[in-house]
Amino acid sequence: MASVEEKLGTLNFKNDHQSHIAIPDPKICLTQCKDKPCTKVCPAKVYDWVESQKKIVIGYENCIECGAARMICPFNNIKWEPPRGGFGVSYKYG
Amino acid sequence: MAEEKFDAIIVGAGPAGVSAAIVLAKAGINAVVLERGEYPGAKNVQGGILYTKMLDEIIPEFWKGTDPAPLERYITEQKIMLLSKDSAIHIGYKSDKWKGEPHNCYSIVRVHFDRWYAKKAESLGAQIYTGVTVRSLIKQNGKICGVKTSEGDELLADVVIACDGVNSILAQSAGLIDEWRPEEVALAVKETLELEKEKIEERFCLDGNEGTTFEMFGKITEGMLGYGFLYTNKETLSLGVGCKVSHFQKTGITPYDLLENMKQHPILKPLIRGTKTVEYSGHLIPEGGYNSMPPLYADGFLVAGDAAQMVNPSHREGSNLAMTAGKLAAETVVEAKNKGDFSSRALSSYQKKLRQSFIMPDLFDHKDLEEEIESRPELLTDLPEIVSQAAYEYFNVDGRSKREVQSAILKRVFRHRAVRNLIKSELTFKNVMGLFKGAVKGAFKFKSLAKGN
Ligand SMILES: Cc1cc2nc3c(=O)[nH]c(=O)nc-3n(C[C@H](O)[C@H](O)[C@H](O)COP(=O)(O)OP(=O)(O)OC[C@H]3O[C@@H](n4cnc5c(N)ncnc54)[C@H](O)[C@@H]3O)c2cc1C
Ligand code: SF4
Repeated sequence: MASVEEKLGTLNFKNDHQSHIAIPDPKICLTQCKDKPCTKVCPAKVYDWVESQKKIVIGYENCIECGAARMICPFNNIKWEPPRGGFGVSYKYG
Repeated sequence: MAEEKFDAIIVGAGPAGVSAAIVLAKAGINAVVLERGEYPGAKNVQGGILYTKMLDEIIPEFWKGTDPAPLERYITEQKIMLLSKDSAIHIGYKSDKWKGEPHNCYSIVRVHFDRWYAKKAESLGAQIYTGVTVRSLIKQNGKICGVKTSEGDELLADVVIACDGVNSILAQSAGLIDEWRPEEVALAVKETLELEKEKIEERFCLDGNEGTTFEMFGKITEGMLGYGFLYTNKETLSLGVGCKVSHFQKTGITPYDLLENMKQHPILKPLIRGTKTVEYSGHLIPEGGYNSMPPLYADGFLVAGDAAQMVNPSHREGSNLAMTAGKLAAETVVEAKNKGDFSSRALSSYQKKLRQSFIMPDLFDHKDLEEEIESRPELLTDLPEIVSQAAYEYFNVDGRSKREVQSAILKRVFRHRAVRNLIKSELTFKNVMGLFKGAVKGAFKFKSLAKGN
């Protein structure tokens, strides 16, 4: 079984130094969000709950820009916008 | 690029935006396309089946000549598979009628296609700027009159056509939509699998450049509303699966595991044996359809394609709707330019054009389909197994008489909780009345038709 990391390895990214994704209120993740759907629904595993830091760490460099992040957080706590012009993923086949 | 003024700004160089650009270029309108990808297609994912008719109306005979579209295979066979955990029921249609030109549809590699389509538009006079992300609209006295980019540049125009796809920032910025709800969109993941041309043709029984398509329902979506697909390209296969975002949310199933499990399905495994994954991709598909469409025009503003939920998922049509909508939006702009009036009243003829095309009737007729399926979860969970078991018994020879086997199958099917629930939910007063009304109406229609003859 190929892992999601291996799948992402097939892609080309041109990463911006600044993230196009933010979690405005990390406290909500910690205190109110039991299921943390962002860690499961995102097809590029961009959102990872790091227990030692007690917060979601955003791997925006792996974002394949599907846009699901805009609607998967039940608390509306993900701010996602398309990367700046020319940055982000570039598909070869699509 | 600061403070330039155009007749029209098109945001997005997908099928909707490029189609609009071609129509405007041919009419001599000063328009520009802004695309956030490094090149057209860089951000775009499709299954991808391209329907001939709608593109032919924009680029006549695009499949031939000196600069033909990069098409993979012309489709002569379409199959539907209902999968249980270890079996499949196939329904399919293959026809020699689809061998002749113009072909009904083709498989495409979306990035190759988008690059060609954008170049074609440029050769016809369109201007396309890539690597430009639009962040918001510029409004003046309530009228939309331009866009602002992520780099802070402002571009002005009489009209902005939003062809920015399912994640439309523009329709939001215009105040036409809020965020889509997770019920209104599907999330699809896909892999492009490399395989030698000869092997593809042998494995799928294809003559030369013929192609085949599979849509797959049942076990592979784990009870979520959605389906898988497998399409043949020249030297690759496109394999993917998409389900409603709300169902991913509810079940906690990860999209990549869903895809990976699908690849391990005993019926699919031999079809993709020996392939190498050359690309993984993911994209949203707007599936709210007619019920989710935003207002399609405002002062100085039009919306076309995925940005306006113009997808007919039950027929896997989207790119063709986007092309026709882009074309109709551009034709509306040409009329507006001639009148010198870009008000919402002048632009409202876009909606009329959509109604007269196949787009609105198709979206309207399929508007409640998904909801109806969702209200009967048995269809997704139990039914594939029940039907598959019935087929197994029907074809299996085990020494019982056919009579015995058939009555055993019927008994088991009708005693199943899921089937009983389904029948119960269908046998409501409203449905029975509906059937009765339909029958009476049909009888009258038949009578009047007979009289007419
Ligand atoms: C997995 C999958 C399979 C599919 N299969 C089929 C199929 O077999 N047949 C079919 O007909 N349809 C299919 N579809 C649907 C089809 O792909 C879409 O309906 C079609 O691409 C819509 O075209 P569009 O031009 O409206 O949007 P898009 O193709 O999404 O184009 C939008 C463009 O706008 C750009 N953009 C977005 N935001 C901005 C911004 N802010 N600034 C600048 N540029 C921006 C994007 O980069 C993109 O190039 C499929 C979709 C998916 C995801
Ligand atoms: S779903 Fe939203 S609230 Fe929950 S962990 Fe993710 S970002 Fe935080």
